[in-house]
Amino acid sequence: MKSKKNTLWLVVSVFLVALMVLSACAPAAVPTPEKVVVTSMVEKQATVVVKETVIVPQTVVAPAAATGPTCGTDPVVLNAYFETGFDIPFKLADEFTKQFPNVTWNISQDQFANLINSAPRLLSGDNPPDLLRLPTMVSFAKDGLLMNLDSYATLFGWDKWPVPQLAQNRIAPDGTRGSGALYAMGLNYSLTGIFYNKKLAAQIGMTEPPKTVAEFEDLLAKAKAAGLLPIMEWGSAKSGMGLAFPLQNLMAAYGPVGPINDWIFQKKGATIDTPNNLIAAQHLEQWIKNGYFPPDINAIEYTDAASRFTKGEGVFTFNGDWQNTAYDTGMPGNVGFFLMPPAEAGGSPAAMSAPLTYGIAANAKHADCAAFFFNWVATNDTARQINVTIGGSNPGGPADATMPTVTAGSVTNETLAAGPVVGKAGNSMDFIANATSSIFAQGWTPELQKMVGGKQDAAGLLKAVQAEYLRELAQ
Amino acid sequence: MALAVSQQTRLSKRVRRETFVGWLFVLPALLMYAVFVLVPLLLTILYSLYRWDGVGPATWVGLKNYVTIFEVPDLIGTIVNAFWLVVFFSFIPVGLGLVVASVIHRVATGRLGAIARTVLFLPQVIPLVAAGIIWGWLLALPGLINQILKAVGLGAITRAWLGDFDWALPAVGLVGIWVLLGFCIVLLLTGMTKVDPALYESARIDGAGWFREFVAITVPLLRYEIGVCLTVTVIAALAAFDIVYVSTAGGPGNATSVPGIQIYVLAFTQRAVGLACALAVMLMALVVIVILPIQWLSREGAR
Repeated sequence: MKSKKNTLWLVVSVFLVALMVLSACAPAAVPTPEKVVVTSMVEKQATVVVKETVIVPQTVVAPAAATGPTCGTDPVVLNAYFETGFDIPFKLADEFTKQFPNVTWNISQDQFANLINSAPRLLSGDNPPDLLRLPTMVSFAKDGLLMNLDSYATLFGWDKWPVPQLAQNRIAPDGTRGSGALYAMGLNYSLTGIFYNKKLAAQIGMTEPPKTVAEFEDLLAKAKAAGLLPIMEWGSAKSGMGLAFPLQNLMAAYGPVGPINDWIFQKKGATIDTPNNLIAAQHLEQWIKNGYFPPDINAIEYTDAASRFTKGEGVFTFNGDWQNTAYDTGMPGNVGFFLMPPAEAGGSPAAMSAPLTYGIAANAKHADCAAFFFNWVATNDTARQINVTIGGSNPGGPADATMPTVTAGSVTNETLAAGPVVGKAGNSMDFIANATSSIFAQGWTPELQKMVGGKQDAAGLLKAVQAEYLRELAQ
Repeated sequence: MALAVSQQTRLSKRVRRETFVGWLFVLPALLMYAVFVLVPLLLTILYSLYRWDGVGPATWVGLKNYVTIFEVPDLIGTIVNAFWLVVFFSFIPVGLGLVVASVIHRVATGRLGAIARTVLFLPQVIPLVAAGIIWGWLLALPGLINQILKAVGLGAITRAWLGDFDWALPAVGLVGIWVLLGFCIVLLLTGMTKVDPALYESARIDGAGWFREFVAITVPLLRYEIGVCLTVTVIAALAAFDIVYVSTAGGPGNATSVPGIQIYVLAFTQRAVGLACALAVMLMALVVIVILPIQWLSREGAR
């Protein structure tokens, strides 16, 4: 009896061992993306954007009649590839079908980090998407995988929209962004800045948003002295380093945004290692040394930082308006927003802002219908309302489009009001993490983590990132 | 004479037919192996000689990608980290596994032994991604491990283990030990059941204690199993990807960055397919160089 049991155990264990050997060998091959935990933050950062000035007339103006192509009346199945974790495109797709019943959707979805990896394959495949959430675009456009949207822009009148909306989606023949042919559209335009916990802010005597960096730093010192965490931020490599937010805001406070955008858009000779940026990086380094960020920031992921801030840890946090709904739900009435103040009183504030970028594959079957969808998202009142309510971001569109209503007391009111301020000043920037597809993973994140660990200083940070940038451009 | 010849031809015919049938059986597996292992392997070597973004035109660059690996400190640093991981993923699980397995084998053969085996083997069954998330919570600053340290008066050493430059790699190593220990124990235990109990009995009659038995009988007779354990775990360490990716993704800085992570980022995020392939080829060569001596030593011992 006993020996039978032993034999059985032997057989089972041999089988298990065989199984283990097999599975243990598997990782020796190329890592499988399926196993990868997706980093929600990278995507956030890529989405970081600010919006352009959209003037907010209260008079309802009928959306400009589309003169471009439509989806027709025959049944159309749009082949779409969306980003997991964001409701907006799905809600917009539902509403679109409601209004145009001949259009149905075949929607696939993936996490942002996986989209970066699979986009080239999808775009060059046999069944290219009519609509695709674009993680990056320059290399795809260079490879001829993306449709040039210039003719649609003319037909629908997109080129008459307030200029900065489309600029980030334009690519020049030399591969620099900011001007040239249009290769993508934004479903909305997000804005970043500083969110604050109203109760804690009152506790340290903040009665109105700071007007200069010095005033802001004074508040940070007060928070620290009061035993509060001044700034909640994330920094794990799994999410990507959140300190890139305050750093870029400081850069814009101490220097013009032009050179920063040039660097992001890969203009020839652009460098991030400038005297102004050095001052900005030195301020950040000082903030770190003063203990203004959580001591465990290098291990904090994006979602943890958001939830810890919601639970009352941290007076301030640098983030974007995509987080509005979660903040409003988690800390109703207790969350406020202001733009990063300028260095000098009376200067104009700057902000990172970027479109929620979608493109059409060069060989898409229903490009006309997809382009019509872009136009509808920006001009249809219901679509714009969905954009603001679900996403918390500005829907952009024509200068005379109606601005949707927002629930009173929502922080979305404050972010929407801040948009035009930045737009008017012409101080909107794309995100420094979007300069190349891996500058965030290979440059900003490790170098800023080193700064937190006391292994990198302000000057070294900028030099190291610039070296990585040049190395990637040379490839 | 004639009979003998015809018998021989018949025999060799049969052998030949058997060989043919044998090959027929192996063919499907061989085909899969060729298509999914050999072809990608050769393609990887080929790609490593080009500069290529994965879609557009590729440019021949010769060995330049390999030179780049040696020029960029962050890339060569990943290989140093991988060797540190060998300590945690291989040496400690195999060493500890030997001790634990021999204890289980000697004192806990009944239900207790089965429970111990099951508990220690569980990490192999839990999906690694889920395990990575749980370990992330445990090792976080407000996590359970730091709470326990505080409770026993060690509050001074609490830290965000996965975010600390000096401790992130050992913390990742701890996860690796947790995952791989059960595998080693089960494999070594199986080996121990093979050892003739008479050897242990005679040793005991001669007055040998647990340690003497362990050194004189268990370890030498398990040389082959130990070789397998070392091979599998050293490969797991050098080619590590999943454990590192789910716990730190290579951070902080590049403190836990290993070749597997860099290959992934280079190929899929940076789209430097040639450079990624060059690093992959180097990693493969490294694994072979490290594994071959282990194989030779354990085979010789087994014979």
